[in-house]
Amino acid sequence: MSAAAVLAVVVGAAAAKGELTGDPKAGETIYARCFACHALAYNRTGPKHCGLLGRRAGSVAGFEYSTAMKRANWVWNQQTLDRFLADPLKTVPGTTMGYAGVKDRQERADLIAYIEQAGRSEVCRAR
Amino acid sequence: MSSRMQSPDASLSLASDAPDLETRRSFLGKSGLVLSGAAVALLAGRDVLAKGNRSAGSDVNVLNSALGAELEAIAAYQVGAESGLLQKPVLNLAVTFQGHHKEHADVLAKTIIKLGGQPVSAKEKYTFPVETLKTQSDVLRFAAMLEKGAVSAYLGAVPVFDNRDLAKAAASILGDEAMHWAILRNALGDAPVPAAFMS
Repeated sequence: MSAAAVLAVVVGAAAAKGELTGDPKAGETIYARCFACHALAYNRTGPKHCGLLGRRAGSVAGFEYSTAMKRANWVWNQQTLDRFLADPLKTVPGTTMGYAGVKDRQERADLIAYIEQAGRSEVCRAR
Repeated sequence: MSSRMQSPDASLSLASDAPDLETRRSFLGKSGLVLSGAAVALLAGRDVLAKGNRSAGSDVNVLNSALGAELEAIAAYQVGAESGLLQKPVLNLAVTFQGHHKEHADVLAKTIIKLGGQPVSAKEKYTFPVETLKTQSDVLRFAAMLEKGAVSAYLGAVPVFDNRDLAKAAASILGDEAMHWAILRNALGDAPVPAAFMS
């Protein structure tokens, strides 16, 4: 079974548990955890987050992804991002995002809500 | 819009404090006092760190992510120090903290090599939001943001290391980043330690 198929199964199971409503304001605070490697508008150690939702994994031009992420065959949406953030190294073995993950479901929902909102912000629209 | 800045050349020094730093590094190199915390765990030559260990590959990935962030932090402090916005003693702090990041990067790179990996190199150019840095406080807030992120990054890395010595070393660096963050916040007039726990 491919990584994308496994992710689809897991995402389906997670969705069956019921989705949480994310609070972007709380998510902005959580986003500070990402600042060592990420920014909204430009690539750093990690890729930029403007335009993340709806973007194919491993597809930001000019960013040097791991082979594992380049082979990840999915589009980032609330479900795929939730799964990845929960355990990046398990979801995409070989990813260079050496991070244990955001284990709290509500925190992930908040973080994703912030990234989604930020994607519509002036900072991202200017990109 | 962000500006793209040249990364610091290895020969480029922060003139105001370079002699002090060199003296300090020389002392530390001879005494081994400060390096003992991270370097003993990372560089002691234990068998578990030998090339070919089956868990080393994932650890190298994590270490390289940390190294990439450290190299960017070095470049960021260079931008701050050369901005002309920092006044002593804040400038001295920035230079000292940059020196810590250089020490972190050096140890991380050597450890990656020891594990059989290839350490990432500093980028030719880094992107920093220099257009938003107009005052000393702006620079301090930017640095504090990076340091807080570094604490979170190391906190997220500690549990994923297969090797406990590497986890211990990452925790040692985490402690240093947390001190940077607290002191930068204090310099800004913010509560230096705003919470009992980090996340």
